[in-house]
Amino acid sequence: MLKIRGLARPGLEPADLDVAAGECVAVSGPSGAGKSLLLRAIVDLDPNQGDVSLDGNARAALAAPDWRRRVVYVPAEAGWWADQVADHFPDPAVAAPLVTRLGLPAAAMEWEVARLSTGEKQRLALARAMVIGPDALLLDEPTSGLDPETTAIVESMLHERVADGIAVLIVTHDAKQAERLAKRRYRMAKGKLSPAGGGAGS
Amino acid sequence: MSFVTLSHLDIALAAVLLFVNAALSLALRLGLARRLIIAGARMVVQLTLVGLVLKALFAIASPALTALAALVMVLFAGYEAMARQERRFTGFWTYGIGTGSMMAAGAIVTVFGLTTQISPEPWYDPRYAIPILGMILGNTMNGVSVGLDRLVSGAVVQRAAIEARLTLGATATEALRGVTRDAMRAGLIPTVNGMAAAGLVSLPGMMTGQILAGVEPVEAVKYQILIMFLIAGGTGLGLLAAVMAGARRLTDPRHRLRLDRLGGKTQP
Repeated sequence: MLKIRGLARPGLEPADLDVAAGECVAVSGPSGAGKSLLLRAIVDLDPNQGDVSLDGNARAALAAPDWRRRVVYVPAEAGWWADQVADHFPDPAVAAPLVTRLGLPAAAMEWEVARLSTGEKQRLALARAMVIGPDALLLDEPTSGLDPETTAIVESMLHERVADGIAVLIVTHDAKQAERLAKRRYRMAKGKLSPAGGGAGS
Repeated sequence: MSFVTLSHLDIALAAVLLFVNAALSLALRLGLARRLIIAGARMVVQLTLVGLVLKALFAIASPALTALAALVMVLFAGYEAMARQERRFTGFWTYGIGTGSMMAAGAIVTVFGLTTQISPEPWYDPRYAIPILGMILGNTMNGVSVGLDRLVSGAVVQRAAIEARLTLGATATEALRGVTRDAMRAGLIPTVNGMAAAGLVSLPGMMTGQILAGVEPVEAVKYQILIMFLIAGGTGLGLLAAVMAGARRLTDPRHRLRLDRLGGKTQP
């Protein structure tokens, strides 16, 4: 269980949120409302206050790199630090099945990052995060650059992960996607997080 | 040793060349005439004053005064290194990182050279200490300012790549490694080039000066080689200290990239 209490930073009012193991929670809201700030704050990328824990382990008690391997954040536009796709994976052979599952050829590992499309980058960033084997995934608009078929592939894969017991917190503009993936949905407006729609939140 | 002393008339004759440049600038409307003349005048005044200060300093040969002069030189070098940054750290660190690393590197290398190799009597004799520190600092300053500038601009430009590594569980040191390596390389290249081209493309200034002052070329060359090593050592040490301190300041113990510790862009 990912447990967030009073998480705040400039642009984000104190937020409380629980995401159980094997649960997917969606957050939507207008651009600039602070959705990405929330995800960044959870993985401690910016200075913030509040208590965050995973399965009873407080974030503050863990070294930041350890925390970020358990709770992995995938930004809407992920960064790349090497020229070739394979160099971004600790073991490209392990990642290959995941990459093909996401609708990319196995040869994608040898591609140049500079020639990737937005959608290819999004799927590879997702694969890169999943091979770490996190307990929680924080996804920021993971399918914004994908066509409907590929979006469906990604969603079915997320369903599997959730069924395997991963906690998923997804930020999405797409209300239908939020309904498909998450039973509990939140809304972010002007930095304030609140349950969305007919008491669906906790 | 014999050398030709210059009269004021000799210098005035050479200054004619500056006025030729100024006239060219006026004729071609380069808009540089004023700045040329001011820069030339500054150079004359500054060097004349330095000459007088050095004369007094050499005559007194006091360790305290020599140390004071060295400190002033380091502070000026720190200011120059800062002024060349496009983006600077905020607060004390704006000035502190460059100045601190140059002070450490300049002091270590100058004292090492004076006490073990050149060995004047006493070792802090300002006639040796001040010119040698000056040559080391001048080069270290270039290396440090290039290195810090590269480090900071690299961290800003590659923010997404650095944070991608952090989100996948890299430590701050690992995430910044590409940028710190770039910064070190950029800062050291002028030193490497300077050594590689020495004697072929350029006759180093210090050696030329000694030859003009009547020193045997072979002796002057030995001095120049020693100075080149001291410069390379000082630049390497100062650069390493500045880039490491800068990288530390750009991150924090929670392994975050702290670009909020940088000020806005400045006009270089």
